[in-house]
Amino acid sequence: MSTPSAASSPTPRSSLRDISLAQRADIEARHPIVFRADVARRAVTIGIVAAILGVYVFGLATLDISWGAVFDGLTRLGEFAVLMMPPSFGTAARLSAYLSGLAATLAIAFLGTLLAAIIAFPFGFLAARNVIPNVFAHFAVRRVLDTLRAIDTLIWALIWINVVGLGPFAGILAIMTSDFGAFGKLFSEAVEATDAKAVEGILSTGGGHLQSVRFGLLPQVLPVLISQVLYFFESNTRSATIIGIVGAGGIGASLYEEIQVNEWQHVAFLVLMILITVAAIDLISARLRVAIIGRRAA
Amino acid sequence: MASAIRRLPDAQAAVRMRAYDGAIAARRRRTYLGAALLLAMIGLAGNVGEVSIPKFVANIGNFTSYIGRLFYLDSGQPVVANISEWFWGVTQKSKWLPLLGETLLIAYIGTITGAVGAFIWSFLAAQNLVPSRWLRVFARRYLEFCRTVPELVFALIFVVAFHLGPLPGILALAIHTTGALGKLFAEVVENIDMKPVEGLTATGASWVQTVRFAVLPQVLSNFVSYTLLRFEINVRSAGIMGFVGAGGIGQELLVSVRKFYYSDVSAILLLLIATVMIIDLLTEWLRHALIGREAGT
Repeated sequence: MSTPSAASSPTPRSSLRDISLAQRADIEARHPIVFRADVARRAVTIGIVAAILGVYVFGLATLDISWGAVFDGLTRLGEFAVLMMPPSFGTAARLSAYLSGLAATLAIAFLGTLLAAIIAFPFGFLAARNVIPNVFAHFAVRRVLDTLRAIDTLIWALIWINVVGLGPFAGILAIMTSDFGAFGKLFSEAVEATDAKAVEGILSTGGGHLQSVRFGLLPQVLPVLISQVLYFFESNTRSATIIGIVGAGGIGASLYEEIQVNEWQHVAFLVLMILITVAAIDLISARLRVAIIGRRAA
Repeated sequence: MASAIRRLPDAQAAVRMRAYDGAIAARRRRTYLGAALLLAMIGLAGNVGEVSIPKFVANIGNFTSYIGRLFYLDSGQPVVANISEWFWGVTQKSKWLPLLGETLLIAYIGTITGAVGAFIWSFLAAQNLVPSRWLRVFARRYLEFCRTVPELVFALIFVVAFHLGPLPGILALAIHTTGALGKLFAEVVENIDMKPVEGLTATGASWVQTVRFAVLPQVLSNFVSYTLLRFEINVRSAGIMGFVGAGGIGQELLVSVRKFYYSDVSAILLLLIATVMIIDLLTEWLRHALIGREAGT
């Protein structure tokens, strides 16, 4: 065992440590079990680490990644970083183009999330075991939702562009489609986690099935749903910034162009705009969550 | 047992009823105001987002026919009639299967590299381990930056710096993973039991020794669990890295969509979905095995 020098330890050295170290041989003789290494356990640990590293090195070799390429790239990245300073937007016309791109990004995130939530709302109840007891119905609904969710927003954007053409509308529909799958699953889980007593209470006073959902289930699930919708709105703001790369509107298109033409000052400005917008949306959505469902539930 | 309910005198009840009605009306007003605000925002966003219901209605047929066409070969046969023709790219050298493998490797290397970065940064960002406020604030801001910039934006920039290929994809995923996992790891570290740390500090152990013997055993299982979850997410992301030229099967998918090779699109999508589902199952199994091992010892 090595004895670290005083310089390497930020905490003041305790005299207890010196005393213990001086008596180490004696302690070892008295408590041999504590000092004996667990060979089997250590072999398993080493084996796992070796396997992880092995696949890692195999991957690097297969993908033909060399230190030279990494170093060259980093050098070039350093040059870009210098070229990015100071971030600027150039002409006023370009700034207004950026701002309208940003507005489109926010519109895509907002409407995409909202539409997904509205469409998923009834499906959340349909896919919930305690509302529709039919096993086949909720199995079928769940599988459809799973498939929608498994396909990335960007792929949905490519498909919707074929339908409504290039532009933010395709982005809205793309976010709507992929989030519909996610919301349907989350909503149905929220509905299944509700307390059945409220529903029974409504039914016992003579309420109908629909009334039991409206006054028994809805008040229980609504705060959960709103909280999830707000979280998705935050994450969709990020998705909507890149959806323009495939032509589905928003600020991503400008970003893609400026990178292609090596206008690094503009790229830095755009990235800053994205960062500020995302931070602002996070803040607003956190405030809204507290305002709507109270501090404790948030 | 039935018991009579004593009613308040009408005069007193009326006061309370008025207060109740007032409270209800105030809540209603707030709800209506919120709904009106939401409607206004929908109108504004619809305008900015170029939403056009007529266009949607007129072209929705394209969507269903597009989805339908995905399942027909160029020869007009339905895809299920000729599976080998549908999945022709699977048997080709340097086609779908190697590209799928490349996608998985990008996700794997990106996740491991990012997790190692997150591991180091998380200890620096944890309030209970780092007394220096400035170091902590710096670590937190750095992690925030890493996870706020979308990974595809990093990939776009890296493609120019590192040229086309899997390397920019790996680095983009690694940086994003560092940001996302670093935050989660730091939260795990802040929630540990501090008694072992105090015990080691009392014996005069160095900072590194304290982390190794007092902190690590408490956090490792959570770290591994979060990393496995992140790996699942990164497999999905690696699937689209090829859209910007950062390696993997995404490039092939983009080309198929742009050139209207319908049956190829559905074949690649099915391969991707199947891969994602298998990875999800595998990592879930691993996580449960890990938790079991943890509980057993």
